[in-house]
Amino acid sequence: MTSLKVWIPLAIFLLFCGVAAYQLTQPKDEFVESTMVGKPVPDFELRPALAELPGVSIADLKDGKPKLLNIWASWCVPCIAEAPHLDVLKRQGVEIVGVAIRDRPEDVARFLNQYGNPYTKIGADDLSEIQLSIGSSGVPETFVVDGNGIIRHQHLGDVRAEHVPVLLQKLAEAGAGA
Amino acid sequence: MNRAIASILAVLSLFALPLAAQQSLPPAPLAYEQLEDPAQEEAAQALMETLRCLKCQSQSIADSDAPMAGDMRHQVRSRIQAGEEPEAIRAWLVERYGDYVSYAPTVSETTWPLFAVPVLLLLVAGLILWRRLRKAS
Amino acid sequence: MIAELGLAALWLAAALSALQLLGGVLAQRKEASEIARLVRPAAIMQGVLAGFAFLMLLWLFYVTDLSVKLVATNSHSAKPLVFKLAGAWGNHEGSMLLWVTVMALAGGLIALVERRLPEKTMLATLSAQAFVGLGFYAFLLLSSNPFERLPQPALEGIGLNPLLQDIGLAFHPPTLYFGYVGLSVAFSFAVGALLTRQVNPNFARAMRPWVLGAWIFLTLGITAGSYWAYYELGWGGWWFWDPVENASLMPWLAATALLHSVGVLAARDALRTWTIMLGVIAFSMSMLGTFLVRSGILTSVHAFAVDPERGSFILVLLLLYIGGSLLLFALRANTVSEGERFSVTSREGALVFNNVMLSALLGIVLLGTLYPLLTEAFDVRVSVGPPYFNPVGAIFTIPMLLIMAVGPLLRWRGDSFARIKNSVAIVAAIMLAVLALVLILGSYGLLPVLGLAVAAGLAVGSFLPLRGRNLMRAPLSLWGMVIAHFGIAVALFGMASETAFSEEKLAAVPVGESAQVGPWNVNLEQVAPVAGPNWTAIQGRLAASYDGGDPVILTPESRNFWAPPQETTESTLATRWNGQLYAVIGNQAADGRWQLRLWWKPFVTFIWYGGILIALGGLLALIGRLRTDLKRRYVKSRQADRAKEAAAL
Repeated sequence: MTSLKVWIPLAIFLLFCGVAAYQLTQPKDEFVESTMVGKPVPDFELRPALAELPGVSIADLKDGKPKLLNIWASWCVPCIAEAPHLDVLKRQGVEIVGVAIRDRPEDVARFLNQYGNPYTKIGADDLSEIQLSIGSSGVPETFVVDGNGIIRHQHLGDVRAEHVPVLLQKLAEAGAGA
Repeated sequence: MNRAIASILAVLSLFALPLAAQQSLPPAPLAYEQLEDPAQEEAAQALMETLRCLKCQSQSIADSDAPMAGDMRHQVRSRIQAGEEPEAIRAWLVERYGDYVSYAPTVSETTWPLFAVPVLLLLVAGLILWRRLRKAS
Repeated sequence: MIAELGLAALWLAAALSALQLLGGVLAQRKEASEIARLVRPAAIMQGVLAGFAFLMLLWLFYVTDLSVKLVATNSHSAKPLVFKLAGAWGNHEGSMLLWVTVMALAGGLIALVERRLPEKTMLATLSAQAFVGLGFYAFLLLSSNPFERLPQPALEGIGLNPLLQDIGLAFHPPTLYFGYVGLSVAFSFAVGALLTRQVNPNFARAMRPWVLGAWIFLTLGITAGSYWAYYELGWGGWWFWDPVENASLMPWLAATALLHSVGVLAARDALRTWTIMLGVIAFSMSMLGTFLVRSGILTSVHAFAVDPERGSFILVLLLLYIGGSLLLFALRANTVSEGERFSVTSREGALVFNNVMLSALLGIVLLGTLYPLLTEAFDVRVSVGPPYFNPVGAIFTIPMLLIMAVGPLLRWRGDSFARIKNSVAIVAAIMLAVLALVLILGSYGLLPVLGLAVAAGLAVGSFLPLRGRNLMRAPLSLWGMVIAHFGIAVALFGMASETAFSEEKLAAVPVGESAQVGPWNVNLEQVAPVAGPNWTAIQGRLAASYDGGDPVILTPESRNFWAPPQETTESTLATRWNGQLYAVIGNQAADGRWQLRLWWKPFVTFIWYGGILIALGGLLALIGRLRTDLKRRYVKSRQADRAKEAAAL
């Protein structure tokens, strides 16, 4: 009994070293994933973020067609980097609905003029209410929403070239499932 | 005096474009404003101190100037004002972000050791002290 | 040339360290007495060389030698002298060199003066010290050479992060390192004693000053760190159970437990294995803390200069030192007997109780800090914060504080409760009175209310051991204990008071108008821009008057740094004997009003006054112990002289 007891500290310590060594090899993940994947987008209605395009409401996400919900902002630098790839998605027939976080209409217009407009609708989320309600923790983030308004996939950070096929596939899956 | 401030702000905006632009919109109404009812404000403050700011490095939303922390504070205060229970608001956030958003772990499949170990430690401490007691007498 | 001299000294010191290790190990066998004689001189020489290397680095920073990479990346010719010098250790390489230097100097010192232990034990201790040192030398020389030259001298230095150009922060890391090094010496003593099976009061007496010294530095380090976070982060929080804060608290908890158990071992020859175990754990916690802070493996608000590669190196060192010593402990523990017995109602009994509680508390902090790391390995992220640590910690802390209030009244070995029952009654009455008073005053949380009551009882209880004594003749170490325990009460009072009575006011105020917080009336007199070397700021001028008295002028700032663009708030404090007003100025709203954040924190300063008292108590005890040791040594040498004389006659 006593002879076993004295080994406990060593065992705990080795367990810690194992976990620590494993964690050191893992890339540090700064993103916080949403736990809303598989659940419906809660009810919401957003005013238009700029005059030319309509705003977004829950009804738009329940029209039977899967689409991308892109959380972005004109003040966000990675959003500039992802603009061309969203454009590629748009040209492949994907409907992208935008939610602009804490933004002013003139800034939104300037951004879209400069980097192109992949959106069919843009809602203004001034208080991050929609963002919080779907478990998004930053900009940009892109959600795949199926025809019934259920979140099927979350993409964290900016969309890059290699993510385009992934998103297309998730959209196809969402379309088949709905 | 105001002109001087304006010119300094203009200079600043040249250097710190993304940052300044981010703050072009005023913070959410209840991000930096307390609730009128002191009891409600106290409840909101207590809750905010135990919610994690998702954009920061290990800070609560009560301790952060990040815009998103401000929006979360607005969310908390407006819900408390509407009469929602603090724990319901915490549950609402945990449903969206997982346990990570709350600094107050609850007993669950993933966190039970956090509560089992203190109980175990109490037992071990009790055992050590009891054995000492017996040895001595 | 200077850099090369420093590097050469460092290599030589490493070589001597290897010799010291080898000599110490060989000396454990009887026949190798020749090499054993080299161990002490090697340790002393090593201290001199490491000290020399560190002086060389200081010199390089003093003259801002930009051909040296470390200087070029961390200094600037226009920096104030104190920050130039502080720059020498305000980075990874330099701080490691500082650590190695202090450790080598400590090793040299014990080699020079420590003569109480059997020589064999002493040599084992020195070789353990060399073993620890060698790991750090390898780390420095192989992966973090502070003397590395640039292929071409830089034209100008990069400078130091302006946020880190703070006098408090310049001296915060060395303070912690001194603490860690002290614990490394205690660790070496523990390993040496375990290797040679010489766990006895003499061992405890040799180890005690190092534990005390380490504990004083750790106390100061934590106190200063807490105050720095309080005024610098701009939200008035003084402890958030952040991983980096916990990393500094864990060695302190272990050192506190060790300090008390080493006292029992020195006075009563009891708790032998327990003391050895704590000696190992205290140093483990320092290494673990260093690992957590340097590797960036945990998310922290205080983290900077993190690097996973260095993390791996420290992890290997951790595995060697801690794994090795725990293995040794497991193999040897059964051969060390527990020592003298004692009854439950005795000084030892109280100390054992508190040791067990401190260790349990340490276990909780360790668990809460590392648990997120464990779940992350399974892709589950959790947060453990104040709502966990405060109540769970209190379960162990409050009984400990209660025993602490009366434990020092008990006699060693065996005592009766009846003898101290009057004192216990006094302490209990005070606690109950305060408890009743606070409950009448208003409704506050359970923990702060208990905290206030326990603090009051402990404050009185801590002075009771002096009752009936001649205060002038009471030993210094007794005074040390009294003041340190009183310091705990003071700090606890500050914490509980801040938690219970703080008032917060967020207000949007136009220039010329006032806001109220607690007894304070704060008038925003004007807002003006001010310019610094690499920032501009909006500075508010606040006239704050307490209870209608004369106003104090406060000037909080909201600073914008240009490169990298970063906004910081400079809070300002108005300190009174009964608390602090904490003021921060924020942004201007569209309607021209300014955002003010004001807090009135009654008795918050007592938290840090308490910390200073604790350290002061430690210092008094240390001086008292060292004086006794010197006296004893003097008497011994006189006796030896007399014996010699007698023999000569």
